[in-house]
Amino acid sequence: MSSMISVSALRKTYKSGLVALDGVDLEIEKQEIFALLGPNGAGKTTLISIICGIVGIGSGTVRVGGHDITQDYRAARAMIGLVPQEISLDIFATVWNTVRFSRGLFGRRPDPAYVERLLHDLSLWDKRDRRVIELSGGMKRRVMIAKALSHEPQILFLDEPTAGVDVNLRRDMWALVRSLRDKGVTIILTTHYIEEAEEMSDRVGVIAGGRVLLVEKTVALMRKLGKRRLTLMLRHPLAYLPSGLDPWELELDQQGQVLTYAFDANAEDNGIPALLRRMAELGIDFHDLDTSRSSLEDIFVGLVEHAA
Amino acid sequence: MTPARLNRHAIWTIYRAEMARMRRTFWQSIATPVVTTVLYFVVFGGAIGSRIQHVGGVGYGAFIVPGLIMLTILTQSVSNASIGIYFPIFTKTIYEILAAPLSALEIVLAYVGAAATKSVVLALIILGTATFFAPLHILHPRWMVAFMLLTAITFSLFGFIIGIWAQNFEQLAIIPSLILTPLTFLGGAFYSIDMLPQPWRTLNLLNPVVYLVSGFRWSFFGTGEVGVRLSLAFTGVFMGICLAVVGWIFKTGYRLKP
Repeated sequence: MSSMISVSALRKTYKSGLVALDGVDLEIEKQEIFALLGPNGAGKTTLISIICGIVGIGSGTVRVGGHDITQDYRAARAMIGLVPQEISLDIFATVWNTVRFSRGLFGRRPDPAYVERLLHDLSLWDKRDRRVIELSGGMKRRVMIAKALSHEPQILFLDEPTAGVDVNLRRDMWALVRSLRDKGVTIILTTHYIEEAEEMSDRVGVIAGGRVLLVEKTVALMRKLGKRRLTLMLRHPLAYLPSGLDPWELELDQQGQVLTYAFDANAEDNGIPALLRRMAELGIDFHDLDTSRSSLEDIFVGLVEHAA
Repeated sequence: MTPARLNRHAIWTIYRAEMARMRRTFWQSIATPVVTTVLYFVVFGGAIGSRIQHVGGVGYGAFIVPGLIMLTILTQSVSNASIGIYFPIFTKTIYEILAAPLSALEIVLAYVGAAATKSVVLALIILGTATFFAPLHILHPRWMVAFMLLTAITFSLFGFIIGIWAQNFEQLAIIPSLILTPLTFLGGAFYSIDMLPQPWRTLNLLNPVVYLVSGFRWSFFGTGEVGVRLSLAFTGVFMGICLAVVGWIFKTGYRLKP
């Protein structure tokens, strides 16, 4: 029972008949950063919205910190802070008031010192008396984050937090996410920036068509599914691949100057030393080489295509 | 199960934010109804009333006061409450209310409470204004306050329902202007329904506002077109219907939760 969030057999069909979630099981551990990846319409936002209480639960159960979100919704929701995808703010309220309002909604006593610290952390302190309508898009998003954190939640949901966000804010946001995790907060994010999920998250869940296709430690996932690629820049163009290189199943680009070799990063023998020896024997000379890992994006696209 | 403790902080937070919204739109919220009411007094009480003299033993100027106050309470309760809940739905900030550890009861208490407070404050301002235009003696002040509160709460509930039902600003405005104002005018705000010719008089007994105005007028002058018990019973029934609809809204998530 160490799961912070426990979702089982969750199904959701909207009134339009759209099946948004088709039997989701998911366990999220305390104090982890969990990235939910999926194409548009995969069910990411529906899943988050159900856990947070914004969308009605179809069937199945969801527990947050051990509290059932229907039976014990107060205890469950009190633990959660949510930053939705869309910026929705009372544009006439001041930054200070709107953040204080959020804290009050969660039944927390006013704590000006905490709110002040929060606004400092999000570079909003100077703008505290401004009305939301006067703020830039990036600042508004910071206000959304401040509101979500106003009641000191133990779980933070970030729905597409970096969509349309500049580099500064993105960097600040990730710094904040890491420091929150260090303080014991569990973070669940959805993102299209897969490099970020790869860089930020401890675990990744891939969701498509309302189903969770896999959940894996980010590192393990990379290792398990990650192919690596060796690219060789040839000194002299090749007209065709010599048959002596057949065992490696190489690819030659159209100009005949770049050779690519895809290999399993985890294999005992990746075949590279033998390849290089054979090339030397054949007199194929190269002036540069590069190796790269296939990104989570490749893995992700592969998985989703496979599932479709 | 969650212990049945009210999230008082949250109710107070929403209530205060709603009251702050009224202060922000001060002229719209306070001044417009007051100006309109003064106009009614000048036109109906002053210009026309000088030719009518008495209705049921009460000077015409005083006679229309309860009707005017009722008119204000009805329209203000409905529009305050409907805008109060429609605004967050429209701006999508409702997500925050739905995601907060709040029960339906607490949400309703906060929004309906704020809307009812506003309309009662307005009603009192208008009552104060009225004393400049007509000699007033309130026979049953406690009942007057009770009627005022009951009507304000009931119609704020009604407005809350409309605010959730409305899908655009036109729909938001249509109920107050197309149904409420005509019913109030026909309901005897400016005359005794006994003055109506048949069959209008009998037909008007189907008009709920008749009972509200009549009961309210009784609390001022001790007389009304229909019995005070009937007035109270009617208001109670309408409140019960509104509460049932609000309960259904939260149970099914109608237009709040997909």
